[in-house]
Formats: sequence, structure tokens, C-alpha cells
Amino acid sequence: MASKNVLLIFKSNIMYKPVIYRLARDFDLVFNILEAKILPRREGRILLELRGSEDVIEKGIRFLEDNRVLVELLADKVWREEEKCVHCGACTGLCPTRALSIERPEMKVSFDVEKCVACGMCGLVCPFGAMKDVTLFDPFAEGRHT
Amino acid sequence: MGEFKINKSFAEINKKIRDGSVVVLTAAEMIEATKELGPVEAARKVDVVTTGTFGIMCSSGAILNFGHAKPRIKANKVYLNGVEAYAGLAAVDCYVGAAQTSEDDPLNKVFPGRFRYGGGHVIEDLVSGKTIKLEAFAYGTDCYPNRQHESEMSLKDFPDAWLLNPRNGYQNYNCAINLSNKTIYTYMGILRPDGANANYSTSGQLSPLLNDPYYKTIGIGTRIFLGGGIGYVIGNGTQHDPNVKRSENGVVMGGAGTLSVKGDLKLMSPKFLRGASLTGYGCSLKVGIGVPIPVLNEEIATFTAISDEDIFAPIVDYGYDYPEGEGKPLGYVTYAQMKTGEMTFDGKKVTTAPLASYSIALEIATTLKEWIKSGSFTLGEPQEILPSIPFGGFTNF
Ligand code: SF4
Ligand code: SF4
Repeated sequence: MASKNVLLIFKSNIMYKPVIYRLARDFDLVFNILEAKILPRREGRILLELRGSEDVIEKGIRFLEDNRVLVELLADKVWREEEKCVHCGACTGLCPTRALSIERPEMKVSFDVEKCVACGMCGLVCPFGAMKDVTLFDPFAEGRHT
Repeated sequence: MGEFKINKSFAEINKKIRDGSVVVLTAAEMIEATKELGPVEAARKVDVVTTGTFGIMCSSGAILNFGHAKPRIKANKVYLNGVEAYAGLAAVDCYVGAAQTSEDDPLNKVFPGRFRYGGGHVIEDLVSGKTIKLEAFAYGTDCYPNRQHESEMSLKDFPDAWLLNPRNGYQNYNCAINLSNKTIYTYMGILRPDGANANYSTSGQLSPLLNDPYYKTIGIGTRIFLGGGIGYVIGNGTQHDPNVKRSENGVVMGGAGTLSVKGDLKLMSPKFLRGASLTGYGCSLKVGIGVPIPVLNEEIATFTAISDEDIFAPIVDYGYDYPEGEGKPLGYVTYAQMKTGEMTFDGKKVTTAPLASYSIALEIATTLKEWIKSGSFTLGEPQEILPSIPFGGFTNF
């Protein structure tokens, strides 16, 4: 079983179509809604964890794209700039999913993007700007960080 | 001091460093060695124990002499990349403090502020070899007629650049918790309401002053690892207080001792000097410090064998108590416990997170150990040790 966190962006023209329902019905995928935000008539964003075999995940993503849903892998949106991280651990106490966690006994901090729910907390906490500021649920955020 | 079985001097240890026979362990390795050998044998075998810490230390900054301009200027306002440096010194000397914010920083007007660039970042940029913009303003005098001077400079262009920190390396520190009902943004990180999480700083068993709790070997003139280069202890830091409550092993159970340090910025590296932005709080500098502790006798061997199980931090509420100037301990917790990532407070599980980088602190202690072993770093004997209080001695050698 593989697992992938994906961000789905529904533009207004497809917002009220039953795409997710068909994804659940037609594909052998377990999915988990991690976060969702709907701006009526403008845009909807859903952060989804997809679980299933690699190729079913692939097929599911293709199905979504065929239905004009913008699909982004979370791993392409959230990352840690390794050379900026000093492994202090400050982020680990606030990361809600332990995507950021301390490996003991070395006390190094590891980041597992597949556990990340893009809450943005680490971006606020990290004193060194090592965690890319995540503002996936602010539709005006895109393109603001130049 | 005839009461000890082992009695070594700084000079004897330095001789061993020069002839390559010195035995050096990190403070982490010393724990095992002393357990295995006992304090007397450990003191006989081990000459130096190296410590390390890499933490955010706001009371830091740099003295910069930017050289005389043509025509000459006696600057009374200086800005480095838009961050003000104190210029109330001679013509072209200034001091940039780590916590100084950019002139155009919105601060906490939109709360919580992000404080993306400040004095600490200027210092990091300088040691990274980056060019910074210097702007100096003056009122003009007969001997210094220039009123405005602007220049792009990198570290090598400054005739003198020293890191000069009034308070670093707090011996021990609070475990910060928030018992109020709203999230707070502090120098101890972001704390959730109702005691949901707690943060601690210092590197515990590796921390310099926790390995010499009565400052028997540390004082003015102690040569140290500072920001990746070599620096010196120039005395106690501000707020140094040896009279803090101590546990039976002599280790302080709260803030206590501090160091004031100085070193040549040109020898330092951004790996161990990093500008920091604390959301809702301000700018700062993360400083790497390593202090070598000479094992002069079995008492010092015992001190340096301290482990996280035996070091207690006071739990302090930053929601109400601390801002009100109270900060009474609500309890004590060991570093070993905090390092597991969880502790119990008031019958509830609380997530704990460190703010100092233990893994880099260990790298500092290990680097210092290599320097000493290679003969390139001898010990500086303090001309005067830090203010201390008497210690009754251990009874169990
Ligand atoms: S807070 Fe930043 S620097 Fe510290 S461990 Fe987390 S990502 Fe790394
Ligand atoms: S955005 Fe940061 S804090 Fe939030 S889940 Fe992802 S890694 Fe954890």
C-alpha cells in the first residue's frame, strides 16, 4: 500500500460536480480528507490523503485531472530547506501529525512529507525559515512569495 | 587543595596538549567513562572534557569598525542593511545588537510579527561573506566634515569585527509552559494554551556551565570555541547569579551562571552563527559555544560526568506568571524526561520540544575535542574565575 497526500483545487466551473463521489465509487482507494476549504462560487481546495496501490493512486489522479481538477502533490508544495535547518527541534512540539519529529538518540529532526497536512504551523515556528511557509488554504497566497 | 588524590594544573595539561599525549573526551563520553572508572581513575586518565551548546542568545552582537571614509566622518547613526547599529562610540565604531530589528519592520503591528531580518541576520550575512550596505550619518565637525557616507562592504573590508556578547550560555533555563487560555508567542517559542506543550533550551549534559557548576575552571581568559572560531570568556555575563537553588549534586535548578564572550568574527562561520526570527517576539542570533573543562581533580571529574537524568529545569508559566515578573517554579523536570518529547504536568501529558540543537552542540564539543587533540588549541587559564559560592565537596570518592 502506498500513500500520497495531494492538494485538489476545484475551480468554480467544476466546483459542484460529484467528482469525489466517483473517485470513491470507481477506484479501489482509501481516502482521508485532511483539510478542506470552500470559497462559495470561487474555488474549493481539499487536501486528501490517498491510499492504495501505486497504480490505482496514479489512475485516481489521472481521473481527477481528466475532470479538470488541479492536482498537486503536497511534496512539491511543502519542503524543508535542508541547509537552513539546524535540527533544534522547536517545530516538533507543534507539528500536529509528527511529520516533523526527533530521531533519538541523535536528536536530529526528520521531516516526512507524507504525514504533513500543510497546517503551516512549522512555518510560523521555525526561527530559520527552513520550512517553506505553507499557506495552501489561502487562495490569494499563490504568487505572493516572490 | 591537598584533599584530592589527583591534582593537575593547567600548565601540565597544556604540556600534554603540546606533546600530543592529552586525553580529551566530550561531556557525553565522560558520563560513561566516569561510571566505568570511578571519579579518581577518570580524573587520572582524562585531561579535558569538552562541552557545547548551540542556542538562541539574544544578548549578543558585534563591534564593527568600518574604517575611515574620505572625507572623514564621525558617524552618529549607522545602518547595516537597514538595521540600526549603535554609533555612540568613536567616529567609525559601531555595535550591532542581535535583537535589533530592521527600520522598516512592521514589528508586532500585525500580530504575530515575523521579524524576518535583524541584527542577528546582519552578523550571519557578514560571516557568510555576503556584501552588506552600510549607511552612516553625521552632523559634521571641523575634523570630521562628512555628513553622509554609504558603502557596500563585506566582512574583510572592516578593519575590526568582533563578536562581543554580554550574556551567553545560561547555565540552566526554564521549561516554559503556557497556562493561559490563548496561544502565546515568546522567546521560548510558540506555546499553546492550557499547558498543551512546553519548550526547553540549553543542551543539558553537554552544556558548558552545567559541567562546571561552581565555575572552578572558567573565568576571564578561558579560551573557547565561539561561532566556529576561537574566542574568550571575558568575565561573567549580565544577570550571572551563583546563588540559585542547587540540587544535591551541586547543579543549579534554574538560570544561574552566564558568560560574557568575545572573539574575532573573521574566524567564524555561519554554521555556528545564525540569524533567528522568533514569530511574535523578535530577532536574535543562534550562537555556538564550546568550553573546554580541565579535569584538575576527581571533584571536577564528577562534575563533568553529570547526565540529563540529574539535571532539573524549573517549569515556569509564561501565560501569566513570567510576564507579570513572577516566574515561580511550578515544579521541576529532568532533561532526560524533556528529551523524550513528553512530560506529565498537573496529571496531564504535555508535549516537550527543545529549542537548542543538541546534535550541533555535540558537533561543537567534538570539534573542540579534535582541536585540542591536534595540539592547535591550548587551554587559557582564567585570571579570575566567575563569581561563585563555596561547595561543600563530594563525600563518596
Ligand atoms: S524549527 Fe526549523 S531549524 Fe528547528 S528543527 Fe524545525 S525545521 Fe529545523
Ligand atoms: S505544515 Fe508543518 S507543522 Fe503542519 S503538518 Fe506539515 S510539517 Fe507538521
